[in-house]
Amino acid sequence: MARKNPNKNNEMPTADQPVDPSRRNLLKSAGIVGAAAMGTGTATNVIAQESQQVSSPITREALEVLTAEEADTLEAICDCLIPSDENGPGAYEARAVHYIDRALASHNKGVRENYMVSLEAINEYSKKTRGAPFYRLIKDYQNSILLGVQSNKVPGCAPSGSGFFNTVRSHTIDGTFCDPYYGGNQNFVGWDMIQYPGIRLSASETDVAQGAALEPNHQSAYDHDTYTKMAGNMAMNQRGGSDNA
Amino acid sequence: MPKNLPKTDVVIVGMGAAGGAAALPLTNAGLKVIGIEAGGWLSPRDFAPDELRNGARNWPQVVQKAASEAPTVRPTSDQKAVQGGHPMMNAVGGTTMHYWAQSWRLNPWDFAVVSATRARYGSDRIPTDSTVEDWPFGYEELEPYYEKVEYSVGISGQAGNVKGRINNGGNIFEGERQNEYPMRPLRASPFTDLMSEAAQRLDWNPFQGPAAITSELYDGRPPCQYHGFCNKGGCHVQAKSSTAFTTIPKAVDSGNLDVVTYARVTNVVTGNDGKVQGVDYVRGNETFFQPADVVLLASYAYENVRLLQLSKSRAFPNGLSNNAGQVGKHYLSHHQGSPVIALFPRDLHNWYGLPAQGVAIDNWADDNFDHSALDFIGGANLWAHTDRKPMSAAKMSTFGRVRNWGSEWKKFIMENADRSNVSYIQKTTLPYEGNYLDLDPTVKDPMGLPVTRITARYRDNELRIAEFSQDKMEEWYREAGAIEIQRTGLGNAMGATTHAYGGTRMGNNSETNVVDSWGFSHEAPNLGILGASVMGTSGARNPTLTVQALSWRTAEYLANNWRSVAS
Repeated sequence: MARKNPNKNNEMPTADQPVDPSRRNLLKSAGIVGAAAMGTGTATNVIAQESQQVSSPITREALEVLTAEEADTLEAICDCLIPSDENGPGAYEARAVHYIDRALASHNKGVRENYMVSLEAINEYSKKTRGAPFYRLIKDYQNSILLGVQSNKVPGCAPSGSGFFNTVRSHTIDGTFCDPYYGGNQNFVGWDMIQYPGIRLSASETDVAQGAALEPNHQSAYDHDTYTKMAGNMAMNQRGGSDNA
Repeated sequence: MPKNLPKTDVVIVGMGAAGGAAALPLTNAGLKVIGIEAGGWLSPRDFAPDELRNGARNWPQVVQKAASEAPTVRPTSDQKAVQGGHPMMNAVGGTTMHYWAQSWRLNPWDFAVVSATRARYGSDRIPTDSTVEDWPFGYEELEPYYEKVEYSVGISGQAGNVKGRINNGGNIFEGERQNEYPMRPLRASPFTDLMSEAAQRLDWNPFQGPAAITSELYDGRPPCQYHGFCNKGGCHVQAKSSTAFTTIPKAVDSGNLDVVTYARVTNVVTGNDGKVQGVDYVRGNETFFQPADVVLLASYAYENVRLLQLSKSRAFPNGLSNNAGQVGKHYLSHHQGSPVIALFPRDLHNWYGLPAQGVAIDNWADDNFDHSALDFIGGANLWAHTDRKPMSAAKMSTFGRVRNWGSEWKKFIMENADRSNVSYIQKTTLPYEGNYLDLDPTVKDPMGLPVTRITARYRDNELRIAEFSQDKMEEWYREAGAIEIQRTGLGNAMGATTHAYGGTRMGNNSETNVVDSWGFSHEAPNLGILGASVMGTSGARNPTLTVQALSWRTAEYLANNWRSVAS
């Protein structure tokens, strides 16, 4: 296949860059509960909902680690990876970014600097090539830049483009499909997406035979008293023996 | 100076699969035992069904002793060794808390690789650089101890050969056993049924594998609930027959076992007469000396070897029991990797279930088939099992059908999250010249002691088995209706793994082995060693049951010969 003539650029001019009409804010005002309940997160639906003034804002979300601009950038990346589209909600509704922010404050703090450096590098690259930061670009441009990150064509990422891509992909999946306790998979949108019927402390032969047809129970591990701190007064005298020398 | 503690009969270093099993026959015989364990007690409340915490974040082993002294790895001695992770955990019960709990006996061939291969194919079929030897005894010697562990710990399974009576529901290739398993096997699943039927069409012999998991009420513990968080998680109802819920509580209840938790043994103390006198351990900020008549090392293979290599004395200047230079030699880690991955055209209903709930094929393992026209010895056990959770399901292979992100990918996983399967193929691995464990010259643990360095790689025999077994696995999946098959690489360096063997090999020849046929040191007679570090071959199956049978045998020998060993 012949290479495209770089002089015949069929892309949009960079001077007046078309930007995504702040999709994040639209979704925000639509509310994740509403979007999830609709079983779809398409732009049309979101706009329709906004016009009806649906008011169920995102529940309290501190940014424990990320800056506001980092969060906007990451939000856009997560939405490219697991999009809200005609097939239903994605990483956005699951609040994968909220999960990642919390994880970077705790278990994943070792890669915080990679996020810092890479998110800035991606925005710099976006500004240089498309005239606006990543999170303000239209989805097509975002996707092509992200593909560039994955294939090591966007400079300045840490530990490398593909290395950062793999990290953020893995974390976005974690944040979309983990137990909701950790701040992602909100309203079980991730588990519903792949028809995971939910955590059960016991699965009968009939349950298994029904497989994916099993009604999703929408339970977190920590909806079970046994695993919460509240269970401290439960009689659990299982271990025998002494801790002492 | 360490604080001197009152002397005890036996000190066991490590209260896991091996030490936890050995404790019971010792304490039943009235011996006073102190078990020193690097971890603490865990309860069913600690085993929340939480894929992120257990599966992805490796709770609880990431913060433990084993993690802080993970071995370094290199394929050959001319390369620099790099520190990786450590797959084992520290707790009372050790890795039996969160293992898959497959509980196999070795097949008779695994005890006699050299003589059986010579007899059937001629001596030139043993790889020339392999240091493999026959075990000092055959399967028949270990059979009664296998049975003792199966009944004491609680193993479910279907026997294939009881007193010569072959049952096609079990493994027809297994060695003759005297009795059935104490419990029926774990139940089949729609997926294992699919695979069993396919295997039967191929004229293979599928069967439900044995597991240290209750399939019915057993010894006061309820049956498995099949909820699917067994792998890297402990059991929330104590259906997994961890030593923490079986042999150890019984030994404690006898009044003869004291377990010391959160204690790190740093040195085995040896007198000038070459006999061991006890162990030094660190607990919190304090150092203790625990004297004992007999010391049994029962930590993991890497730690058993490391502790010997660290314990230098006048009698053993190159490390305890190492005057023949055999400590760390004949190391092998089981070639468990290189799986085959399949995609099916319909949902498999695998969201609930556990890795030990599987169907096995032993037709291509050990010497269960004719190797005359093949260029390797040994083989592989093929294992198709039920185990799926949402995060790992979303990270499934895309089989080259879509890019691994975006709308097309999302559509792909929405359709296929419950349609893939990853096989588990366990292959014969042999010991070789040039594969060994020693102390790393530069990398140290937080206490300043060098970590273990692994120098080892798979050889042609292992790689040929891997390729052969992948062919068989692919054939099996295709027969079951798989529409896509993906193979992974065959492997190179033997990294740190849950199936590590050798380093203190058992054998009658004291020039090539560290312990005798009862598990006691050839050089320090009141030092016993428990664990897969004494095993000279891997078989094509998980080591734990064999480790426990050997530990039980060593413990019974010690109890029955107390005066001669301890004096």
